[in-house]
This record gives sequence, C-alpha cells and structure tokens, in this order.
Amino acid sequence: MPEPTGVIHDIGYQRYTGPRLGRRHVFGALYLHGVRTTFGLGRSAKAKIFPWLVVGIVLLVAAAVTAIRSQIGEVIMTYAQFADAMSWLVIFFVAVAAPELVSRDMRSGVLPLYFSRPLPHADYPLAKLLALVTALFLLLGAPQLLMFLGGAFTADGMGAVWDELLDLLPGLLYAGLWAVVFASVGLLVASMTGKRAFAAGGIVAVFLMTTPIVGILSVLPSQAANQLAGIASPPTLVQGVGLWTMRDLLITESNTADLDLGAFGPVYALAAAALVAGCVALLLARYKKVAAR
Amino acid sequence: MTLIATESLTKVYGGGVTALSDLTVAVEPGIVGLVGANGAGKSTLIKLLLGLLTPTRGRIQVLGLDPTADTAAVRARVGYMPEHDCLPPDLSAAELVTHLGRISGLPRTVARERASEALRHVGLHEERHRPVGGYSTGMKQRVKLAQALVHDPDLLLLDEPTNGLDPAGRDAMLALVQRIGTEFGISVLVCSHLLGEVERICDTLVAIEGGRLLRADHIAAMTSATDVLAVEVSEGTEALATRLAALDLPVGREGRLLLVPLADERTYDLILGAVAELDLPLHRLDQRRHRVAELFARRENSHA
Repeated sequence: MPEPTGVIHDIGYQRYTGPRLGRRHVFGALYLHGVRTTFGLGRSAKAKIFPWLVVGIVLLVAAAVTAIRSQIGEVIMTYAQFADAMSWLVIFFVAVAAPELVSRDMRSGVLPLYFSRPLPHADYPLAKLLALVTALFLLLGAPQLLMFLGGAFTADGMGAVWDELLDLLPGLLYAGLWAVVFASVGLLVASMTGKRAFAAGGIVAVFLMTTPIVGILSVLPSQAANQLAGIASPPTLVQGVGLWTMRDLLITESNTADLDLGAFGPVYALAAAALVAGCVALLLARYKKVAAR
Repeated sequence: MTLIATESLTKVYGGGVTALSDLTVAVEPGIVGLVGANGAGKSTLIKLLLGLLTPTRGRIQVLGLDPTADTAAVRARVGYMPEHDCLPPDLSAAELVTHLGRISGLPRTVARERASEALRHVGLHEERHRPVGGYSTGMKQRVKLAQALVHDPDLLLLDEPTNGLDPAGRDAMLALVQRIGTEFGISVLVCSHLLGEVERICDTLVAIEGGRLLRADHIAAMTSATDVLAVEVSEGTEALATRLAALDLPVGREGRLLLVPLADERTYDLILGAVAELDLPLHRLDQRRHRVAELFARRENSHA
C-alpha cells in the first residue's frame, strides 16, 4: 500500500485581510452573472434549451441568407431587415430571459441577500437591464456579423467590403435599438411578479396585444392617426424609428414596408426614447421599494 | 469598542405602526441574544442595523458607523442571515455562495475559495455542488449561514437561525453559532423568540417587547446569585412549604415543585431536616440555575 502523500490539516477559520473591490467590480460581477443567466450558462441543461434553440435559429437563418447570396447573388435580407424579420424570436427570447433574470430572484426570496450587501439598490436592476440588452444585442448582432463575414469573403475588392461595412454598422445600431426597447419593457413587466409563467405571459401580451391597436389606428379615416399608429406597439415603434433613420436599408424591392410615417419620424424617435426612459424610471422605483422590504 | 449602540431609536412605519419606540441600548462584542415575541421589533432592528430602513427618530451605530450614512461600509463588515427562505433552488450551494461573495466585493478566485471554506465550516462538503432545491431544511439553514460568513464579516446578524429545525438540528446550529462567536472571533447577534435557546450560547442578552427595551445585560449578571434548589415530594407539599416558611426560607411554587433560593450549604441541611422531620417521601432535590425567563416573568409581574 502506498504511503499517504498528504495530510489534511484543519487550519480553522481564516480571517480575510485582502482587498475588497468597489462598486464597479460588484456591478460587473452582477452584470456578467446576468448575461450568463440569459443563455442558461452555469445552470441546468433544461435552462439552456430555449436560449440556445433561439440562437441556433437566428444563426441558421443568417447562414442560409449568406449562402443564397453567395450562390445566386440575390440579397434576401439586408442587415437592418434581419432584426425586423427576427422580431418574433426576440419577443419570445425576452419572455423567457427577463423572468429568468428578475422574477426568479423575487420568487426565491434571494433579494434580501443582495440588498444587505454593499450594493446600491439601483445597481441591481441596472445590471440586470444591461445584461438583457447585451444578450439581445448579441442575439441580433452575431448573425449580422456572420452575414458580413460571408459577404466580405465573396466580395470583389476592398471597396465592396467597405460598402458591406457601411451597410452593417446601421444594421448593428438598429439591433441595439431593438435590444434597448425590448429589454427595458420586458424587464419592467417581469419585475412585477415572482411567477415566471405570469411574467412571460405579460411580456408577450404587452408586445403582441398592442398590435391590434396599431391595426385599428391605421384604418381610421385620419391620415395623422394612420401615420402615428405604429407608436402604439413596441415592435412597430422600433420599426418606425428605423424607417425614419434608414429607410433605404429597410425598404428594398423584395420588401415594401406598409408603415407610412409621413412627417412623424421624429415623433417615433421621441416616443421610443420616452418609452425606454419611463420603463427604466419605473424599474428603479420598483426596486427602491423592494429593497426596503 | 461598542458593537451596537442605539439612542432613543424609534421607527414608525408608513401606516402609523410603531415598531421600535425609544430604544436605548449599548452592547459589547461577543454573542448577543436578541429576544422578544413575534412582532416585538427584532426584524425592524436588524433592518435598521443594515441600513435598509432609516430611523424615524434617534440614532443607531454599528461597529462605530452609522448605517444610514455609511451604508456600504457597514454592509461590507456585516453578514446577514434572513429568517425566511432565500435560496434559489436550481443553483448549487457553492455557486450561490461564490456569487454572493463577489457581490460583497471579493475578487473572483478569493470568492470561490472562501465560499468552499465557509461551506466547510458550516458542515457542507461534497453536497455543496448539488442544487439547493434538494437540500433538507437543516442544510438550507447552513447555506444561509455560509453566505453570511463568506466575506469574513465582523458582525453576523442571524434572524431566527433555528427556525424549522428539529431539536438535534437546533442544537447543532446553536453549537455552530457559538463556535463562530468564540473560535472565529466574529461577533454575532442572534434573534430568537425562544429565550431558552439563546440564553445557552450568548454573552449578552437584549430583550425587547412591543418595540421597547425590556432588559439588556450580561447573561452572567442576569443569572448570578440566582441559583435555586428545586424540591419535589410525592405528598405533603403544602406541609413542607409551611415548614420551610417557618424556617425563614423564602419558598416559591412552580407546579408541584418548591423553589428555595440557595443561600449557602446550610440551605440543603435545612430542607433535608424539614423533609425528614415531616417524614415525607422525597422525590428529588436538585440545584438549578435560574432561567432567564423567570427573571423576565418576575420583572413583568412587579411592573404590573
């Protein structure tokens, strides 16, 4: 029998004298934990299924679009159109990820463990919000990057690559707009309840139940009402901002958008900014109340 | 240094409910028991200590700091174990405690090391990698204690740490708390509605009732010179009581027991002599410490 090579000594309790990191690091730790949570990393296999299914679908679509373009030279989707085309998937992704981020913590009662630590009560919701924005941006941005790489490798000369890049950047900005609007609305709804199913239902309802309002407004016999109709629902609101800022990238021959903004483009932009600001303010107020409980 | 000091501390909630009223108390480092019935204001006091609530009136200091003004500094040095369930079921204990260690400001690798150390100290070894959802109540309480300990605080606030545990689990938890207070050199404030539990392990006892201070003192001061002899005879309890009273012994009654304060060795002889003279069957005669509960009971009676 071999001799034991090591002996375990119980050295008792050790006091900690090393560094204690400040607010920025704590925020970063919470943020990274949030991003990982949205993709189910560090969690059970079950929690990984849905996020990675969505990731798989968007990447597959991007790969297909790229392949078709390189084979028969037809552009099925511009970078900016990609976000519009994936809006349903984004809504479902938010409906799953936002409750994972905040409702679960509320349900399990873990919040007192956060708020009894040196973490300002605004940092918790802001870190979660930033995590969800990041996740959505990755979800919409990564496939566009894939499309860009495909396009760049098949392009003739550096000039064409440069043109691709000029198309990609607005597309990524547009993806960022989708991410910010959907994350702030979704997280606010999810923070209202500890029940994940209710939160998910609430998020889908907010995004989809507002669509009929848009439909009603757009058939009213008033041109102004028709042109402002898109403001009533988050997806059409974001599309409106997109149409106003990058009409030629969103409307191509193969896809004629039915949304007519008239001269109300800036109103859409203001409404989007107000929606995000309002949601963030309500979210902070919500957690100020929760923290004191 | 004073561990916790309050001065005319008053907390009135929005609805006009007074949770704490004019509480002035100062306690030294060590194991402090905070006892009071449910609704006495224990949890409110803990939230004030953590800076989660601001006092309506009066002042409060923890480790020499004001939790309302220096919230982050106080919380970095305090660990809190809530009363209720607070563990996400699908995370493992190791992941949860590591994550919370980072939220307390520990660097990543340090957080991981200290998390497994803290879990080891509370008695969780290999099971720490399993999801918390499958743990027993006793194990969950240990995880709650470990997360309060992970960042090496100077003060632990434990809200009803024995809640939901069976008698063996209670004893183990109390022994653990006592070890933390003595061997680890961390001061502990233990909240409980069960006086009998807390008095076994604490150095100082603070009793509150209806938001007011009932009594705060060293446990030794509360129990010293209060040893009593409990006498039980199978029959003739009345006769013995009369006889002892005639011998100038202040006799108390507790059910079928006669309680006689133990003045000196002679008290034994007097009682035994009386029992022998009356020829009564002596069931038991033993010395016991005055339970702190009796002190409070007496005090309340004298106030009434």
